[in-house]
Amino acid sequence: MKADSAVVRDALGVGVAVGLSGFAFGVTAAGAGLDVLQICALSLLVFTGASQFALVGALAAGGNPFTAAAGAFFLGTRNAFYGLRLSQLLAVRRAVRPLAAHWVIDETTAVALAQPTRRAARIGFTVTGLTLYLLWNLTTLLGALGAEAVGDTNAWGLDAAGPAVFLALLAPMLRTTTDRVVAGIAVLLGLGLLPVLPAGVPVLVAALAAPAVLWWQGRMAGRRTGADR
Amino acid sequence: MNVWIAIGVTAAACYLVKLAGLLVPAGALERPLVRRLAALLPVALLAALTAQQSFSTGGALVLDARAAGLAAAAAALVLRAPFLVVVAAAVAVTAAARALGA
Repeated sequence: MKADSAVVRDALGVGVAVGLSGFAFGVTAAGAGLDVLQICALSLLVFTGASQFALVGALAAGGNPFTAAAGAFFLGTRNAFYGLRLSQLLAVRRAVRPLAAHWVIDETTAVALAQPTRRAARIGFTVTGLTLYLLWNLTTLLGALGAEAVGDTNAWGLDAAGPAVFLALLAPMLRTTTDRVVAGIAVLLGLGLLPVLPAGVPVLVAALAAPAVLWWQGRMAGRRTGADR
Repeated sequence: MNVWIAIGVTAAACYLVKLAGLLVPAGALERPLVRRLAALLPVALLAALTAQQSFSTGGALVLDARAAGLAAAAAALVLRAPFLVVVAAAVAVTAAARALGA
């Protein structure tokens, strides 16, 4: 048995640590030329950090709104798979699902999945979701308002916050050789095509590394079973 | 206006995929190939985005202080530092590198 207070403590730890990085998002988005209302709308309505950073980065690089949104959307698709696991684990009532859905993100999933019982998972999900949502939006606002006071955001190194967030999210995903090969090819495609394709498009092309590697693996597996016969 | 279009499309699309996960019957997304693709797509996107935002400015490849910041973030991750420390390390090292004229 894990005490409720221990679950709450874990959830608060994650919620506070990640929630505070909304400040970096607010400053980054302001540096990219968005106004305060737009920045807050993103954190209130999108509420999935990597997608928000991606969208702002693509807009700053001069991408058109639809390619920018497409990149953010593809990043958000992982949340569908989190929801799939959470719906069984939490057994959310139908009426509450549209509300709970907004909080289905990396951190709430990670905390909920780490719990031993349904009760603990529900507490973990709710506390992480609530803390993170409140803090992320509050610090986004502070970052957006404070961006001017901060002055040249680049001099403060804040343009490194976005890539650092991406790297922190990516690192735990790189478990197998396949993961690393996909990441390596995506980096090469993303950087290699950057000078020759319109802003936002190279990232979408780089995403093709995932199906390409899966297809190639399937082919190799097929050939191997063929040779065994 | 373009920015609002991007915000609207992203907000709607991101919410719908979250909701879909909770509403879809478990069987529909359980196919092994679909699951593997869903796990690998974010890997590819995050890797490409990390590289682009570290090594480019306005469509041109550049090597500047952000590379030092990214290296600091990677080192913090290897040392299993908390999320916020990883981001802070990247920001601080980038700022320091710029102050030193990199």
